[in-house]
Amino acid sequence: MPGRVSIFVTCIVDQVFPRVGLAMAEVLERIGYTIDFREQQTCCGQPAFNSGYRAEAAQVAEHFIRTFRDADFVVVPSGSCASMIGHHYFDVFPPESAMHEEAQYLGPRVWELSRFLTEVAKVEDVGAKFEQTVTYHDSCHALRELHIKEAPRRLLRKVRGLTLKEMSVAEECCGFGGTFSIKFPEVSGGMARTKIDSIHGTGASTVVSIDSSCLMQLQGALSRAGSKVRTMHLAEVLASREPQS
Amino acid sequence: MMMTRERLVQIQNAVADTKLQNAVYSATARLKEKRQEVVEELPEYQELRTHAAALKKHALENLDHYLEQFEANVIAHGGKVVWARDGDEAAGFILDIARQRGVKMVVKSKSMVTEEIHLNQRLEEHGIEAVETDLGEYIQQLAKEPPFHIIAPACHKTRQDIAEIFRKGLNTECGDEPEQQAGLARRVLREKFLEAGIGISGANFLVADSGALLIVENEGNARLCTTAPKIHIAVTGIEKIIPRAQDLAVFLKLLARSATGQLLTVYTSLLGGPRRPGDVDGPEEFYVVLMDNGRSRLLADKEKRESLNCIRCGACLNACPVYRKIGGHNYPWTYSGPIGAIITPQYKGVLQDPWLPFASSLCGACAEVCPVKIDIPKILLDLRRDVVAERTQASSNRLEKWAFQGYSWLMRHPRLYALAGRLGAIGAKLPFATRIGPAAKWGQVREVPMPASESFRAQWRKRKAAK
Repeated sequence: MPGRVSIFVTCIVDQVFPRVGLAMAEVLERIGYTIDFREQQTCCGQPAFNSGYRAEAAQVAEHFIRTFRDADFVVVPSGSCASMIGHHYFDVFPPESAMHEEAQYLGPRVWELSRFLTEVAKVEDVGAKFEQTVTYHDSCHALRELHIKEAPRRLLRKVRGLTLKEMSVAEECCGFGGTFSIKFPEVSGGMARTKIDSIHGTGASTVVSIDSSCLMQLQGALSRAGSKVRTMHLAEVLASREPQS
Repeated sequence: MMMTRERLVQIQNAVADTKLQNAVYSATARLKEKRQEVVEELPEYQELRTHAAALKKHALENLDHYLEQFEANVIAHGGKVVWARDGDEAAGFILDIARQRGVKMVVKSKSMVTEEIHLNQRLEEHGIEAVETDLGEYIQQLAKEPPFHIIAPACHKTRQDIAEIFRKGLNTECGDEPEQQAGLARRVLREKFLEAGIGISGANFLVADSGALLIVENEGNARLCTTAPKIHIAVTGIEKIIPRAQDLAVFLKLLARSATGQLLTVYTSLLGGPRRPGDVDGPEEFYVVLMDNGRSRLLADKEKRESLNCIRCGACLNACPVYRKIGGHNYPWTYSGPIGAIITPQYKGVLQDPWLPFASSLCGACAEVCPVKIDIPKILLDLRRDVVAERTQASSNRLEKWAFQGYSWLMRHPRLYALAGRLGAIGAKLPFATRIGPAAKWGQVREVPMPASESFRAQWRKRKAAK
């Protein structure tokens, strides 16, 4: 029985890819949910955590928990941010501290979008139409920390007109890795090139993922290589209704 | 950047070297795919990993007990255990034996621990020739390079490269066929085995309840090294101990599968001491040099102690997209790849190469294939925290600290965060914006993404007002 869900659009979607947040809201509304967007929300704290700044990460994490502490469901268009909240908040707060307990309470209420749709809403066909051949990139944190492999593919297979073609190295990292991408641009760029070779091998017009950060990396590398392949977040594909030009 | 200019250039060169990239990518892909095939055929694979990790944890928590048990059993078999705090002590012992017995040449089978202490160089400084007998190690020795990979030391060389190395190093003709190259190495090395006074090996496992060491290999060179010369000296780390011979049933199922995708290696040797009366072969003297060289410091750190679980299978290297790009020679110490990235800072101190734990996208492919369940990404994150803590104390990195303090403050003030976003979107349109700071770094290899002219929150507010 659909009800009210909170959405956490993530800082990167808010600032760089707002269309992904709008698409996610549209899909959730289409299947009957009411959206609660809390304007207090900012970031999950992952940039500081991954850079070794635990105290700063804890402050941001505490802000996140205060923002969402009474939400029943928090839906996130990112496996990486969802994993930060669901797994790494335990490394951010000392065991048995009040915030650690709150993190334990909130963690299971935070859902990555594809998993929310297939496991909570129990919907695979969201009424989307997208007449393109697409390939799916497994983002690392979704795959290895949240074990999300099938949910996005099941959703994609139900999209009218869409052909899903697997690439040879779907599970290999795109090379983003947060500050890694600017601390080691050559290595990060090399990893992206390996990935886009594999994407080109499928003949797909579009590469889809559930993390905007991976897509930012891949789009940047695809554009630099002069490729016509474009990147789309799963939410955008699921929000599509009209034939694409 | 905290990396030396020289290292940065080497990494850039490695990434740009198409021949190297192809050789490394295909060698690691082969090992990776073979591993995947054989672990999928093993229904109890995940349970074996859990079991192996638990055995290692138990052995490390009771290391003193098992090491003493091991020593007592080695002595009972007529061998001797030598405790070495570091490379000086280990090499000192080996040099003493060589001097006393008048040995001028030693043969060696594959051992990363002896790489760690630069044993070959130390022996040669004292006029003792050390010959590597593992084919890959032999190639690397002739090429005057350290191993590129823990289990496939010359995996970055093409067959043409190897032919060239043999021609130069052995001053003889050599073709491009691997069979021919292996045949040539075999002929040269046979003579060395017969001539050598000491055989030096490593060990994959030290079995406490039997006082035996176990060595796995595919070429038979380790078996020759440990039986043909009159003296066998095994040099190995104290963390290689396992409690019982029956535990090998767990580790042997995991090791070859994870390393080369074999069910078992071609040779598995359990060595229990010197030749006994009536034995037809085996060394007359048998020594096990147990190296600490920093291991007891790792042992003291409960949080990261599991780093010592490693059985040196190399699976994490093959899985690692960073290793596959930068290669084995761009890690600062003997051990490369993800395992090198977590143990090097622990052995050498985090400030020695502070960039190392950051040279990872934290993709987690390493932890997924680790047969003893070392949580490598978590340890990398812990090491990053340690680097930041130590550097901040030294106040050498104020700017980054301020940046993250500013980030944290901004993220706790949503209105100012929104305002900063709006200003950022305007600023990003300035002509020089993509040519400075992080955007410039990003732009070296990718097109720079532009912030949206209107954030989600701004658009959402309008959408709500319109309804």
